[in-house]
Amino acid sequence: MSTRLTAHGGALAFEPGYADDAADALRNLRGAPAAIDFEPEHHPDSAAIAQLGFWIYLMSDCLLFAGLFATYSVLHARTAGGPTPHGLFDLPYVLAETVFLLVSSFTCGLATLAIGRRSRGATLGWLAVTFVLGLTFVGMELHEFAHMLAAGAGPNRSAFLSSFFTLVATHGLHVTCGLIWMAIMMVLVVKKGFTPSTETRLACLSLFWHFLDIIWVGVFSLVYLFGVS
Amino acid sequence: MSAANEAIVGHAPHAPVHGRAQGGAHGAHGSRRSYVIGFLLAVALTIVPFGLVMSHSPVGTPLIIAVFALAQIGVHVVYFLHVDSSEEQRWNLTALLFTAIVVCIILGGSIWIMHNLYINMMPGTMPGSMG
Repeated sequence: MSTRLTAHGGALAFEPGYADDAADALRNLRGAPAAIDFEPEHHPDSAAIAQLGFWIYLMSDCLLFAGLFATYSVLHARTAGGPTPHGLFDLPYVLAETVFLLVSSFTCGLATLAIGRRSRGATLGWLAVTFVLGLTFVGMELHEFAHMLAAGAGPNRSAFLSSFFTLVATHGLHVTCGLIWMAIMMVLVVKKGFTPSTETRLACLSLFWHFLDIIWVGVFSLVYLFGVS
Repeated sequence: MSAANEAIVGHAPHAPVHGRAQGGAHGAHGSRRSYVIGFLLAVALTIVPFGLVMSHSPVGTPLIIAVFALAQIGVHVVYFLHVDSSEEQRWNLTALLFTAIVVCIILGGSIWIMHNLYINMMPGTMPGSMG
């Protein structure tokens, strides 16, 4: 939502009727998009601005995960005599988690296509499928964590496990936030239908969801596959 | 006006509002075909490294895992996030490339520095150490 504030708080506003001048001015203003007021909610380009802003957020989130990946890479061998990745991770279980999240990314794409067709039923249907798949993923992850804690492999056992829980749980927390967002969007689509603001939020949600699947590719490759191989 | 705006602010992937306002000029983004291709590629790029590790494949596996992971990330970015090199997406792509560079520095730099620390600061290897 901060992107909307940026669009609102612009230093420049163009009067109606000066569209050509504005276009010329805009061509000379490359690199200063935040300083231009595009009348959010009404102008079609406000959606593009909101999504670019959300994209920048995703990139900064990516850097947060890069820090956690780096921490894990440095600490993964510091097991302090405790459990090692080799004995701890159950690859078929992780593969099932991965498949659930990957299919949910695909169904999220189908929901995006349904939004493009203005099909409320299909949108809600695919969002619901995505939600259930995402919920299954989070449930499986929590079950895995509970299993590890019960086996004495909690985050306080070793540096390896501290960094493991931080990285994987941060991803899981993101997915959980995505699920809450998705539930809210389904209610909004039911109540309001496809308004410009609803569509922008749905587009950002789908970016978020695909992004989390990309992070998971890094998690299962670096943590689980490298750990066991 | 909109052409100039797009040149400046970029054009985030699959924007339904935008696509309609532009008369479907960007309908090429996010077709069912692209999602299906991306999904099938992603499944293949997931199954193969899992299969290799689970079947206890011989040496070289870490490199193969890394190659498959990078390939799958590329597939997701192109087929699910629909980032391409078009004029409308210039800023999305710029931000993505900048992020990729910073991620490489954070990951590579951390591993490099901490590995050297570990090798050089083991007990007994410090110059003048008592151990």
